[in-house]
Amino acid sequence: MLLELKASLRSASAEEYLCRLFEKIEKSSLNAFTTLAREKAIEQARQFDKNPGQGLMAGVPIAIKACISTIGIETNCSSRILRGYVPPYDAHVVERLKAEGAIIMGKTNMDEFAMGSSTETSAFGPTKNPWDQTCVPGGSSGGSAACVAGGEAPCALGSDTGGSVRCPASFCGIVGLKPTYGLVSRFGLVAYANSLEQIGPLTHTVEDTALLMEIIAGHDWRDTTSAEKGSYLAGLKGDVRGLKIGIPKEYFGEGVNTEVEKAVWDAVSVLENLGAKWQEVSLPHTRYALAAYYVIAMSEASSNLARFDGLRYGLRQLGEDEDWHTTFSEIRAKGFGPEVKKRILLGTYALSAGYYGRYYLKALKVRTLIKEDFQRAFKDVDLLASPTMPIPAFKIGERINDPLSLYMADVFTVPINLAGVPAVSVPCGFAGRLPIGLQLMGPHFGEATVLRAAHAFEAATPFHERTPEVV
Amino acid sequence: MDNVIIGLEIHVQLNRLQSKMFCGCSTAYQNSEPNTHTCPVCLGLPGSLPVLNRKAVECGIKVGLALNCTIEEETLFYRKNYYYPDLPKGFQISQYDFPLATKGHIMILGDDGAERDIRINRAHMEEDPGRLVHAGTIDKAKYTMVDYNRCGMPLLEVVTEPDLCSPKEARTFLDKLKSILEYLDVFDGSLEGSMRVDANISLKGGDRAEVKNISGFKGVEKALSYEITRQKNLQRRNIKVVQETRHFDELRSITVSIRSKVGAHDYRYYPESDLVTLHIASWVPGIRATLPELPDTKRERFVKQYALADDHAKSLTSDIKLANFYEAVVAKAAPKLAAVWIADVLKGELNYRNLGIDEFRPEHMVDIVQMLEQKKITEDGAVEIIRSILDKKGGSPEEIVKSMGLGKAGDDAVQKAVREAVAESPAAVADYKAGSERALNFIVGLVMKKTRGKASPGEVHDLVKSEVEKC
Ligand SMILES: [Zn+2]
Repeated sequence: MLLELKASLRSASAEEYLCRLFEKIEKSSLNAFTTLAREKAIEQARQFDKNPGQGLMAGVPIAIKACISTIGIETNCSSRILRGYVPPYDAHVVERLKAEGAIIMGKTNMDEFAMGSSTETSAFGPTKNPWDQTCVPGGSSGGSAACVAGGEAPCALGSDTGGSVRCPASFCGIVGLKPTYGLVSRFGLVAYANSLEQIGPLTHTVEDTALLMEIIAGHDWRDTTSAEKGSYLAGLKGDVRGLKIGIPKEYFGEGVNTEVEKAVWDAVSVLENLGAKWQEVSLPHTRYALAAYYVIAMSEASSNLARFDGLRYGLRQLGEDEDWHTTFSEIRAKGFGPEVKKRILLGTYALSAGYYGRYYLKALKVRTLIKEDFQRAFKDVDLLASPTMPIPAFKIGERINDPLSLYMADVFTVPINLAGVPAVSVPCGFAGRLPIGLQLMGPHFGEATVLRAAHAFEAATPFHERTPEVV
Repeated sequence: MDNVIIGLEIHVQLNRLQSKMFCGCSTAYQNSEPNTHTCPVCLGLPGSLPVLNRKAVECGIKVGLALNCTIEEETLFYRKNYYYPDLPKGFQISQYDFPLATKGHIMILGDDGAERDIRINRAHMEEDPGRLVHAGTIDKAKYTMVDYNRCGMPLLEVVTEPDLCSPKEARTFLDKLKSILEYLDVFDGSLEGSMRVDANISLKGGDRAEVKNISGFKGVEKALSYEITRQKNLQRRNIKVVQETRHFDELRSITVSIRSKVGAHDYRYYPESDLVTLHIASWVPGIRATLPELPDTKRERFVKQYALADDHAKSLTSDIKLANFYEAVVAKAAPKLAAVWIADVLKGELNYRNLGIDEFRPEHMVDIVQMLEQKKITEDGAVEIIRSILDKKGGSPEEIVKSMGLGKAGDDAVQKAVREAVAESPAAVADYKAGSERALNFIVGLVMKKTRGKASPGEVHDLVKSEVEKC
């Protein structure tokens, strides 16, 4: 889709196309964006119309999640505490996109500091699901998924700490990839849980995701954990004959919506008809993943979010300050929402002397076991397939006051972040009006295979062609 | 002070490095406008990531080796979490388990006159926080400013075992440590705040107090002396010393208790996953090969190679610049004489004027030593030349000799003066013959007067003696 769009923009006008998108956004009730960079973007589109460059994304607009730094555009993580914070530098991925001629449209709504799976914890109100506006779009990259699904942007970047790209991709019926930890530089990504998260694309098609990965993946000296990229577009259209797909038995059954389960099994059959083979596998430590994930994520969050004190940027009351601790506490009390406060408190507790061994260290041990589960499975199979989410999108307000049921929704996405392996969500059916996502997981740096299988599935099925009727 | 127990934690800025610990900012921030040596990384802006300055770790290992430490197989960084305005990330990247170096020792001259080893517990790397500038004194300031220029400076923390027994020994230890660091060319002690000390002090059987953040070696001696007196007086009054943290008030030369509002610190140390584990064992051989000759070895060599007295060798090797100066001089002048004149005279004259050895050129010392050897000048004359140069009166030693008329009187002139003086002093001659050795001093004085001090008193004494014996 992006490649066709890119070609069509050369004969038509990028400015006109972009203006149509901004008009749509302004009339939209999805609440997908927190900040628009309209003037800058239109100026860039005009430049493109005058002199279209050769970049991989020349003239193509893109929406960026509100936790990825953009020079000159407010990057607030959908939090009051970062209201008005305009980064003086671009994230690595944004630099790369700009270098390939992409036009940054604005910043998308998210769960505050990426803490959530519904985009309801945003300080700017929830984003709505384009398929049913009474439902959540998933999270935390809900704005990125909704704007793509709703036709407000051709593609977007999100970040995935425990499913934050794949969950909204699944709920909004689009493609979303969580790359191998280290494949995409995190430089410029405002950290929530830095040992878990990766930036990933949200697009209409698998090919679009592969294209974005060609641009954003690869080593960046500013992120010590970043690695060299592979090739994603070249082998994308290869077939899947002989590919061995593992079906982790722990990812089916209790707690999984029957329509979701059926759609995923149908998807497995589609892949089988294309020549792939499947077998049941076991990831025995799956049931400990959620607890380990939340301990690690919250612990890291308590440290990562310590810098928000209002002193250098962000929320600060005018007038006289009290002593440091008083002023600092007041700013944080006013600036953070309840979910963020809860996670900071729990994370602080988990790292405290006397509890560190009982919680954080134990969670790290579980993390190792889960990593080993995947390593063992990938000795036998090339890929794993499962539902991305156990359920389709739920109603706005339905789970926000029931944190456990909300956290439970992440049960199939968080193990992937703990293991650091890549996983994509592709549309594989509908439960009524609501999309269902198929999750394909690969070994470390196995993106090429993951995307090739996803592409073969997509080419054999019509689900990605359906678009919601957004008013 | 045989029942005093002191342990030190010394924070050394590795200020000979070009760039900070985790970013590319220059370390040459001294005398710069506040907040001009900063970037997103050392300001801890959202989304920034640390990139290790490998050279800093190399320097750390170098120091570890010089302190006879064991360099660990692997080393990793931890986050030390606490809130303070000079700490822009809300945590300091430091080390905890797996520090760079452990279990070392260096030799100092104890108060009892015997040399002994002081054990080093560990040496680890960390980043320096920024600096608070209070408008007024710490307890009465109306407002406080923060300067982040220092933030992210590479620090090495050296922790001793409680092996020191007096403030003087602490001072001796610090002098030795500084000397080693300067030999290694990793540290410039002349820069403000480049070495800061936390000291733990207790009396045998009592609880210890920690005096934090003392800068300057004299400060350490004063703070420790005060603290010992305070604890002894408490003991005499049968009041228990409480374990606490105290601040050294430099103006009043006393220590005061810091009553922390937030209670005991729990730093919630946990591994920093934005940096990778370093396998440093393999770095060691290469770094060991670059280690220069260290003070103790140089001292031994000076004794052997130049046949120096041990105290002269020790004095000359206490400072790398002085040692290099000496070796430059002895390349062209008599080693023993040069040692006396540099260690005993020049060093004293420099200290008196608070000057460094840089203020004196080795060629000048060569000239002086050679003139002394050739008996062209007297010892008093040599001192005059040194003073004249240090007082910046201009000219080379030979020019000074001429302009100040310091040339030694010729042998004939001295002989003549001796003959005259003996002839003029029959009473003294008679006294000498009667057995009073001291009677000669009168005649020597007369000769010195006649030669206006340009003769050497020792030689004159001998000449007078033989002349008198001829009578
Ligand atoms: Zn910097």
